[in-house]
Amino acid sequence: MSVSKGLPADAAIAAIPLPAAATPAWQRIALVLLGLAAAIAPIFVLESFHLFQLTMAVIMALAVLGLNIVTGYNGQISLGHGAFFAVGAYCTAILMSHFDWSFWPTLPISAAVCAGLGYGVGFPALRLAGHYLALTTFSLAVAVPQILKHKSIEDWTGGVQGLFLVKPDAPFGLPLSSDQWMYLVAVIVAGACFLLVWNLIRSRIGRALMATRDHATAAEAMGMDIGSLKTKAFALSAMITGIAGSLSAVAIEFVAPDSFSFGVSITLFVGMVVGGVASILGSLFGGLFVLFVPNIAEAISKAAPGVIYGVILILFLFLLPDGFAGLLRRIAAKLRGRG
Amino acid sequence: MPLLEVQDIVIRFGGVTAVAGVSFEVAERQICGLIGPNGAGKTTTFNCISGIYRPNSGRIVFAGQEITGLPRHRMTGLGIGRTFQNLALFRSMTVRENVLAGAHSSGRTGFVASAFALPQVRREAAQASRRADELLALLNLERVADAPVTALPFGWQKRVEMARALISQPKLLLLDEPAGGLNHGEVDDLAGLLVDIRRNFDLSILLVEHHMSLVMRVSDKVAVLDFGKKIADGTPEQVRADPAVITAYLGAGDGHAHAA
Repeated sequence: MSVSKGLPADAAIAAIPLPAAATPAWQRIALVLLGLAAAIAPIFVLESFHLFQLTMAVIMALAVLGLNIVTGYNGQISLGHGAFFAVGAYCTAILMSHFDWSFWPTLPISAAVCAGLGYGVGFPALRLAGHYLALTTFSLAVAVPQILKHKSIEDWTGGVQGLFLVKPDAPFGLPLSSDQWMYLVAVIVAGACFLLVWNLIRSRIGRALMATRDHATAAEAMGMDIGSLKTKAFALSAMITGIAGSLSAVAIEFVAPDSFSFGVSITLFVGMVVGGVASILGSLFGGLFVLFVPNIAEAISKAAPGVIYGVILILFLFLLPDGFAGLLRRIAAKLRGRG
Repeated sequence: MPLLEVQDIVIRFGGVTAVAGVSFEVAERQICGLIGPNGAGKTTTFNCISGIYRPNSGRIVFAGQEITGLPRHRMTGLGIGRTFQNLALFRSMTVRENVLAGAHSSGRTGFVASAFALPQVRREAAQASRRADELLALLNLERVADAPVTALPFGWQKRVEMARALISQPKLLLLDEPAGGLNHGEVDDLAGLLVDIRRNFDLSILLVEHHMSLVMRVSDKVAVLDFGKKIADGTPEQVRADPAVITAYLGAGDGHAHAA
């Protein structure tokens, strides 16, 4: 077959840099081991309060990952993911405090409830785009805390008072405190979700999600069922953010409507943008950012932490317009170029 | 039996009748040109076949099956591939990823299987990747396979679209003005490419095109539209000599066959 005969050896093509060779296997294995070590080390290094903060950062990273699926990879802007976070948290809290369930079996329930809810929200989302979708999801985030307070379900949700629950103890007599075990639980659950999403994004489905975002008409012409893809992306995204909510409920040992104001949705959005839109690793950095930067801001100025936070945020967006993920990509490209 | 039968389709936008009862056929392994002056209804007819518009009346039959009004995403699976007039590539992706996206319809694995990277997912991915490599080689895109698609010059991006359409192994390839924006040399290459593709992939091509010399050179058959009606249909020679075609292109009373 010689279809390509006679095609011009375009001079412009010579200017396109060749991609670097793939990372060698030993380097990848080393990176994975390094990552594992970095994930486990804090158990032995950090004392209780800082370990708790890191646990929350991992949980926020997972919630940001959820948002990244629908907004980053699929291009559907959601300013309402705090609602799924809240629903996940309440599922776990209600099952644990009213029905004496242990933590683990509440996870699949809250995942299923949030996936169902996300699927439901995904349908109107098909008819809305851009700013309209953003505002529709935003209204969900505004409504949820008030629904949680409502009298008719007060017996379940504990109304304004919220619900108390207790962290699980380490199983099999492991010599870990409940804070240490909680950190490990968050790392295991989040790690599993990150791995599954990593696989998904590299599959034909992941490609279809991005194709739909890049050019919907062309995506349909390639045989992609946009309606099905978008609603399922919403369901998956809500499910992952909901699982993060479940983890947060048990890590904090308390849920109340006021912990889930619409601010949570904005926080997740900030985490996604700062970490890197449509980046899995970026979600991790986003989680660390939204948890630790407010603390840093407060350490700098007790009087006006919001101002400091704003300045840090603007600096980040200015210096890293494509997020942490973009910075990592540039560093990696430089290292490869030299090697 | 022809591969594609367009039977008396009518498409109206509000009060305007864009296509007023057009019929034509494309046989297996045939290259069919669809031409006509601006506003003749070519692109509207084309969009009807690819499922973007639904005709107000009339039928479109592909390989013996009526496809009128089927959802757009079903078309590739049935064997109808297409390219776009103004490039419609996935801009965040590399050349290879764009081509792989074209293989979507030959995959079956969904969200769950993909997340768990089941063996079936790996098998499908390996198969798609092999076919992508073949097409990249065939269209001389190997060297830029892992470059971002937006880094390529226009003419090269058009070839990426062609590879993306071909990877789904279509029986009918719909090309919307493939020569648009190409220079002389590139149009010559395109003509050779189309003939080669038909031979190697065993498919039919429906070509909507303004570039008259390209259409006349590669088509087995040409259908001419004017004001939403078909005014001629035949071999390039027949069409070139048809008085109605000459009138449509040059206006009444001017007898020179510039249309050719």
